[in-house]
Amino acid sequence: MNAATDTAPEATPDGLTAPPPAIEVRGLRTQFGPQVIHDDLDFQVEPGEIMGVVGGSGTGKSVLLRTIIGLIKPAAGRIAVLGQDTGRLRPADVRAMQRRWGVLFQDGALFSSLTVEQNIEVPLREHTRLRPQMRRQIAGLKIGLVGLPPDAANKYPAELSGGMRKRAGLARALALDPEILFLDEPTAGLDPIGANKFDGLVQELSRALGLTLVMVTHDLDSLHAICDRISVLIDKRVKVGTIDELMQLPDAWIQDYFRGPRGRAASASGERRLRHGEAHAGGLGVSKADTLNVGGEREDA
Amino acid sequence: MPNPFKPAEVRHGARDSRPRGAASRSVASGTRAGARLARRQDADCLVLELAGPWTTMTVAAQDVALDGLVPNGARSARIDLAGLEAFDTAGALLVHRTTKQLAARGLEVELSGGLETHRGLIETVRSHDLDCPPPPPARSALTTLMERTGRSTYFVLDEALSLTNFLGHTVVVLVRSLLRPGRIRWTALINQMERTGLNAMPIVGLISFLIGVVLAYQGADQLKKFGAEIFTVNLVGVGVLREMAIMLTAIVVAGRSGSAFTAQIGTMKVNEEIDAMRTIGLDPMEVLVLPRVLALILVLPLLTFYADIMGLLGGAVMANWALDISFFQFARQFNVGVPVWSFWVGLIKAPVFAFIIAVVGCYEGFKVSISAESVGQRTTAAVVEAIFLVIVLDALFSIIFSILGI
Ligand SMILES: Nc1ncnc2c1ncn2[C@@H]1O[C@H](COP(=O)(O)OP(=O)(O)OP(=O)(O)O)[C@@H](O)[C@H]1O
Ligand SMILES: [Mg+2]
Repeated sequence: MNAATDTAPEATPDGLTAPPPAIEVRGLRTQFGPQVIHDDLDFQVEPGEIMGVVGGSGTGKSVLLRTIIGLIKPAAGRIAVLGQDTGRLRPADVRAMQRRWGVLFQDGALFSSLTVEQNIEVPLREHTRLRPQMRRQIAGLKIGLVGLPPDAANKYPAELSGGMRKRAGLARALALDPEILFLDEPTAGLDPIGANKFDGLVQELSRALGLTLVMVTHDLDSLHAICDRISVLIDKRVKVGTIDELMQLPDAWIQDYFRGPRGRAASASGERRLRHGEAHAGGLGVSKADTLNVGGEREDA
Repeated sequence: MPNPFKPAEVRHGARDSRPRGAASRSVASGTRAGARLARRQDADCLVLELAGPWTTMTVAAQDVALDGLVPNGARSARIDLAGLEAFDTAGALLVHRTTKQLAARGLEVELSGGLETHRGLIETVRSHDLDCPPPPPARSALTTLMERTGRSTYFVLDEALSLTNFLGHTVVVLVRSLLRPGRIRWTALINQMERTGLNAMPIVGLISFLIGVVLAYQGADQLKKFGAEIFTVNLVGVGVLREMAIMLTAIVVAGRSGSAFTAQIGTMKVNEEIDAMRTIGLDPMEVLVLPRVLALILVLPLLTFYADIMGLLGGAVMANWALDISFFQFARQFNVGVPVWSFWVGLIKAPVFAFIIAVVGCYEGFKVSISAESVGQRTTAAVVEAIFLVIVLDALFSIIFSILGI
C-alpha cells in the first residue's frame, strides 16, 4: 500500500525472507446446498501483483471473491490474507483487516440513501478519526482519481449512469488506501474509452500505492493490458499463469477464450497499450518487476 | 504477524530524535503512533520536516496542524520528505494542500528528500485533485420544519388528486379485465389470495376471538348492574358483526398486506423491473395491481366472515364462563336479539375497504423513487393512509346506514 515499502523486496534480493503471499487459498471448497462451486481449489496472489480472474458465467468467480473477503463461509480449506488466516480472526482483527482491503462489487453496491461523497466518507468515518473537512478533501481526491466530474460528488447513486456508479464504487473501495483491492468486473458496462482509462487508472494506482489487485473480468483488453497473471476457473479449480503460459495448455475453454477472434484482437492491441502505458506511468514509483514475485514462486496449475 | 508492506506499523518511533541542524526554532509535534511534523525557520525559509508514517490512519493530528500553519514572514518554504516512512494518498494530499496554501500566500515552495515514489504519489494527487462543490448547506431545524410543513400542506391536494387518478385507472383496468376474464392472471391471483387471506387467518382469528372475549366481559360487567346480563349477547352480536370484525380485519390486512404490496412493487421499481415490464409490453397495472386488488376484494369478505365467527365464539365462551349463559341460551338470544342486517352491514363494507387498502398499497409502491430509503417511507405512508381511509369510510358508512335507518 505504501510507496515507501516498495523498497522492501529490494532489501532481500535473493528472496530469502520473501514476504508472505498477499492472498493464499489452500484446498478451498465452497458449496450451496448440494451444489459444489469450488473443490480443492488453490489460489495464490503475490504482493503488488495484478491478478486477473476469468471463467465462464456461473463458474464461481464472484463467489471466490466473496469467500476470500469472508462474506461466504467455505465448507473446507484455509484462506490467508496478508499472512493472516481469515477463518480464525477475532472481531477486532476482522475490523483491522477490513481497513486493509477494498472491494468493488459487481454492481457497485453504493448506499442508495447517501450521495457519492458520503458513500466515500463512510469507511473514513468508520475507521479513522479525521476531521470532517479532511474527510471531504480525501473524498474529493478519490472522486478525481477515478475520473468522475466534480459535480458527481453531491449526486445520489440513482442519479448516476452505470459507468459512473462503477467509478464511484471504486472510489469508495479506495477510500482507505487499501493494500488489496478486489474488483468484480470493473470495466463491464463501460464504454471502450472509459474502460481503457479505467485500466490505466488501476495500473497507475497499483504502481503508485503498491496495490495488490484481484480483478474478475471478461474484458480481454484489460487482461492483456494490465494483468500480470491470470487465473482461469475451470472444473471447480483454478489454472494460473501468464496469458502466454495459459495458451500453451490444451484445455478447450482456454483455447477458445484466448484464441477466439476477440482474444486475438485484444492480444494485438494489448501489446500496443502496454508499451504506451509503461512510457506513460514510468515516473510513478518503481517499475513493477521490482515489486513483483521476488522470491514468490509462480504457481502453475 | 508483521506485514512487510506496512513497515510503518512495525518500525514507527524508531528514529524519534534525529539531530536537527541549525534549527533556530524547532517545534515538534506528533502523536504516539502517528505522523510527525517538525517546523523550523532557516532565515527566510520555513522548513517543514515530515517524519514517520503519513497515512490515512495516522495523519489526523497533522491535518489540523498543517491547516492552521502561519508562515511568520517567511519568503520561501521547503517541505522535507526525508524522514517519511509509510506514505499514502492522504499524506500526499496533505503535502499537496500545504504546498497550495503556502503558494497562495506568495511563498516559494519546494520539496526535498523523499523517495521517487513519494514524489510520484504527490504528483498523482496533484493532477487528480478536484474542488468538489460543497454539499448543499444544511438549514436550521426550524426552517426545515417550516418548509416541510408548508410543502406537505401544499402537496396534500396533489397527493389526493394523484391517488384519485390512480384509483380511477384501477377501476378502468378492473372493469376491462372483468369484461374479458381471459386477461386475468389466475396464478398470480390465487397466489395473492393465499398470501393475503389464508396466511392471515391465524392472526385475524386470534384477534377477533380476544375482542369477543373483551366485549362480553366489559358488557357483562356493566349490564349485570341492571340484571340485564342476557343482553350481553346483543352487545357482542351487534358489536362484532357491525363494526369490530370488519374494522380489525381491515386494519390487520392493511398492516400485513398493504405494506407488503408497497414494498414488493417499490423494490421492483428500484430494480427497474417495472420499466422492464413496460418495454416487454406487460402492463404493470394488469400484472401487478389487478391480481392484488382482486385478491383482496375476494378475500377480505371471507376473512371478515371468519372474524365474525371467531368474535362470536369468543363472546360465547366468555358469556358461558363469566355469566353462566349456556351456548344454547346464547344462540337463542342471538337469534332473537341481533337483526340479520348487522351481519350484512359488516360484510358490505369489506370489499370497499379491500379495494382502498389494495389501491393505496399499490399506489405508494409506484411512488417509490430512487433509493432503498424511500421504500421504507412509502411503506409507512401506505399503512397510515390505508388505515386512515378505512376509518373515514367506516364513518361515512355509519352516516349512510343511519340515514337509511338500518
Ligand atoms: N447465494 C447463493 N445461493 C445459491 N447459489 C449461489 C449463490 N450465489 C451464487 N450461487 C451459484 O454459484 C455459482 C457461481 O456464481 P457466481 O456469482 O460466482 O458466478 P460468476 O462466475 O461470478 O458468473 P458471472 O460471470 O456471470 O458473474 C452459480 O451457479 C450460482 O447459481
Ligand atoms: Mg460474478
